[in-house]
This record gives sequence, structure tokens and C-alpha cells, in this order.
Amino acid sequence: MIPAAVDYVRADSAEAAIAALAEAGDEAKLLAGGQSLVPLMRLRLATPSVLVDIGRLDGLAGISVDGDTVGIGALTTHSALEHSADLAAACPLLAHVAAQVGDPAVRHRGTLGGSLAHADPASDLPAAVLALGGTLVATGPGGSREIAATDFFTGFLESVLGPDELLTEVRVPVSTGGWCYQKFNRRAQDWAIVGVVVAEGGAGVALVNMGSTPMRAAGVEAAVAAGASAGDAASAAADGTEPPTDNNADGDYRAHLARVLTERALVAAGA
Amino acid sequence: MEVSVTVNGTARSADVELRTLLVHYLRDVLGLTGTNVGCDTSSCGACTVLVDGRSAKSCTLLAVQVDGADVTTIEGLAGPDGLHPMQQAFHECHALQCGYCTPGMVMAAVSLVDEYDDLDAAGVRVGLEGNLCRCTGYQNIVAAVLAVGE
Ligand SMILES: Cc1cc2nc3c(=O)[nH]c(=O)nc-3n(C[C@H](O)[C@H](O)[C@H](O)COP(=O)(O)OP(=O)(O)OC[C@H]3O[C@@H](n4cnc5c(N)ncnc54)[C@H](O)[C@@H]3O)c2cc1C
Ligand code: FES
Ligand code: FES
Repeated sequence: MIPAAVDYVRADSAEAAIAALAEAGDEAKLLAGGQSLVPLMRLRLATPSVLVDIGRLDGLAGISVDGDTVGIGALTTHSALEHSADLAAACPLLAHVAAQVGDPAVRHRGTLGGSLAHADPASDLPAAVLALGGTLVATGPGGSREIAATDFFTGFLESVLGPDELLTEVRVPVSTGGWCYQKFNRRAQDWAIVGVVVAEGGAGVALVNMGSTPMRAAGVEAAVAAGASAGDAASAAADGTEPPTDNNADGDYRAHLARVLTERALVAAGA
Repeated sequence: MEVSVTVNGTARSADVELRTLLVHYLRDVLGLTGTNVGCDTSSCGACTVLVDGRSAKSCTLLAVQVDGADVTTIEGLAGPDGLHPMQQAFHECHALQCGYCTPGMVMAAVSLVDEYDDLDAAGVRVGLEGNLCRCTGYQNIVAAVLAVGE
């Protein structure tokens, strides 16, 4: 289908994007890579009145390592994450997870900021940033604020971002511990039916598609910290979750998958 | 809005509705019907073109997003000396049957071998996961891409 009629503003700076959002009101949407928004517009599940295109804000794309922090511009594409030698050295988990997103054509356009702001519980990168204990930087009319990834996601496709804020940067600690991403799906290029990210040898564990938001598996993290075996720790993977039932799997099967994949991921990460 | 794109080496420009998808800009405005539309869900890859040298699904981009960019479609691959090596390999390996997926498959394959070194059969299969073919069973497509990528 063809998207509904829409207005369009091309922003040449973050400030200009924020001003355009404020002016356009509630029905405006930021457009980054378009790899989530354009499909929704084609299905007319999204009918924004104005698109504020931030896709050319090259200053917001790039990866820099400063001491023990990796700073990644919100407009950095999945493909850039996948191929970055700096990221492969400083946070190989994030580079690996980026390479599991969709297919190459999607990765060439889709951005880290877009993936986080979209807040889809089935997406790969939000869970990785959660497991890594990342921080998101949002910029709005009143300046910038830092948001812990654990405080960012509030509901299905919902986050704490205000309507006139944009994500400008994502920060994750330089990561030295064992890691693993277990993405379970049955069709090529598909979203995870369930995914489990383990970072820092089990200190951070996050779940994909196990509820209305990407989430940390606090029970597993606590068990690992207390010295439990991978199998025992993994038995807590589905605790407190409300996994969805859909065409791919029912909730009980997802809970089972979460436990099995968590054990595999913990073992691979050396927990 | 006026959208200017260099398509297959030629500067093109047209005043289009803001909601125009790149694939419709190519097909309906410029008459380049080699790029196909096979789905409504960004999943089939029949619409794959190169934007600044890298594969992109032209049904999942607005034309305004690529204003100023360099776009290559299947029509732009062959040179004065004949077919592009990837087209030649598809021909020689019998990597197509009905041909509907082929333009997108070839464009995705050109981008893939440029992006990844040391591709093996498994790497080609994963690399082409965004392009669906209902006819060939993929075997000969993989063989063609390997013939170029190795
Ligand atoms: C065929 C296909 C397969 C896919 N498979 C996967 C998969 O397996 N795993 C996966 O995780 N994802 C998958 N995706 C989604 C992909 O990762 C998207 O790129 C990503 O979710 C959105 O990034 P984007 O830059 O394209 O954002 P857009 O589509 O441009 O925007 C998405 C949303 O985020 C908002 N937004 C964008 N940037 C910002 C910002 N800087 N600040 C605030 N708000 C912002 C927009 O307003 C919009 O609401 C797939 C997509 C397709 C088309
Ligand atoms: S037409 Fe199917 S992915 Fe573009
Ligand atoms: S040759 Fe028919 S769909 Fe691929």
C-alpha cells in the first residue's frame, strides 16, 4: 500500500529537529532509517502528519571509545555497528547483535537510535543495550538528559521519550566479560520468537519478546551473582514475565525457550 | 517536493508527492520497471536497489530520503562490454526461473560480495535472507554468487 499523505521537514541539526517537532505537534514523527516507520506507514498503522527527517544528521552517527565508555551516535546504522573495528574491540556483543538484525538491506538503513526509540520488545538491540547496562542520551527543548536503559522502556512501543525529544547518543561500558546472544527464530530475516542476551559473564541478562517491553532477567542476574550454576540460574529466566501468545508460539513455550536459551547463553558466556 | 537522484549515472529530477516510495519513483516516474514489487511487508527483496553502493529495499524508503543520492537499479548494471559479472553468473548458473525475484536478487548479491570478504555458501544464504525466491530453491543462486564472490 502507499502511505497516507504526509508533510516533510528535513532537519539539518538536532536543534532544528526539536524545533520542528515542537512546531508540528503531537502527530509529528521523527524519521531516521525508516526501517520500522515506513513499513508501518505503508500498512497505514502509522499516519503521521509530518515527518521530521533526521537521516542526514551525520554528526549523530559514529562510534567513539573514551576511557571505559563507548559512545554511539543515535544515527549509527546497524551495518556500521556490525563492521566497526572499534566496537568489535570495545563491545563485541553489540557488534554481533547488530549483525543479527533483519537482513543486510535493513541494516544499511536502520539505526541504533531508531531501534531503541521504536521500543519493540521483539527487537534485538534494545535487549543488548539493557544487558550491557547502557545509558541513553535524549535531547529536547530544555537540553539533554541521560536515561538509564533500565528506565527507558515503559510499554509496548512506548518509552519515556517526550514528543519533542530525540535520542542523540547511546553509551555502553567497555565490555570485557563473556557474552552471548541466543536468537531463536524459524524463518530467515525474522524477529526473534525469543532472544536472550548475556553480557559481562552473566552480570547482565536481558530478554527479547518475553513481554510488552524488552526487559532484564533480574532473577537470573541475582542467581549468577550468588554463584548458582548456569542451569539453576536459567530456571529463573521466565520469572515475572508475561510472554505473548501469537502465531509463532504460545506463552508457555516462550517461557520454556527463555529458560533453555538462557542456559545456553550463560554457558557460552562462561557464567 | 522536487526529488533529485542520480540514477544509473544520470541525474534525474521530478516533483513528487512526499509519500512517494522510492520504488514508485523509479517505476512510475522514471519508467524503470526492472525493479519489482513483490510484497507489502518489506520482506521479499524484489525491490532491492543500490543506494550509494549498498543494497536497500526501495519499497521501504521514501523517495525524499534519497534525494541527492546515487541509485543503481538492475537497468544500470550492464556496461558497454555486456552483462555485469553477477548477471553473467546468474545466466551461466541458471540462477533464475520465472525471473521475478531476479533483479532484486542480483542487486542484493552485488552489494553482498562487495560488503563481505571470504563468503562461503552459508554466508551467501544468510546474506541473501532478505530476498525471497519462490522458484529456484536458491541452490543455483548461491552457486552464482559464489562464482563471483570467491
Ligand atoms: C524486513 C525487516 C526485518 C527486520 N528485522 C529485524 C530484526 O530481526 N530485529 C530487529 O531488532 N529489528 C528488525 N527490523 C527493524 C529494524 O531494526 C529498524 O531499523 C529499527 O527498528 C528502526 O530504526 P530506523 O532508524 O529505521 O527507525 P525509523 O523507522 O526511522 O523510526 C522508528 C521509530 O523511532 C523513532 N525514532 C527514530 N530515530 C529516533 C531518534 N534518534 N530519537 C527519537 N526517536 C527516534 C521514529 O519516530 C519512529 O517512531 C527489521 C525491519 C525490516 C524492514
Ligand atoms: S517489495 Fe517486498 S521487500 Fe520491497
Ligand atoms: S526465479 Fe521465480 S521467484 Fe525467483
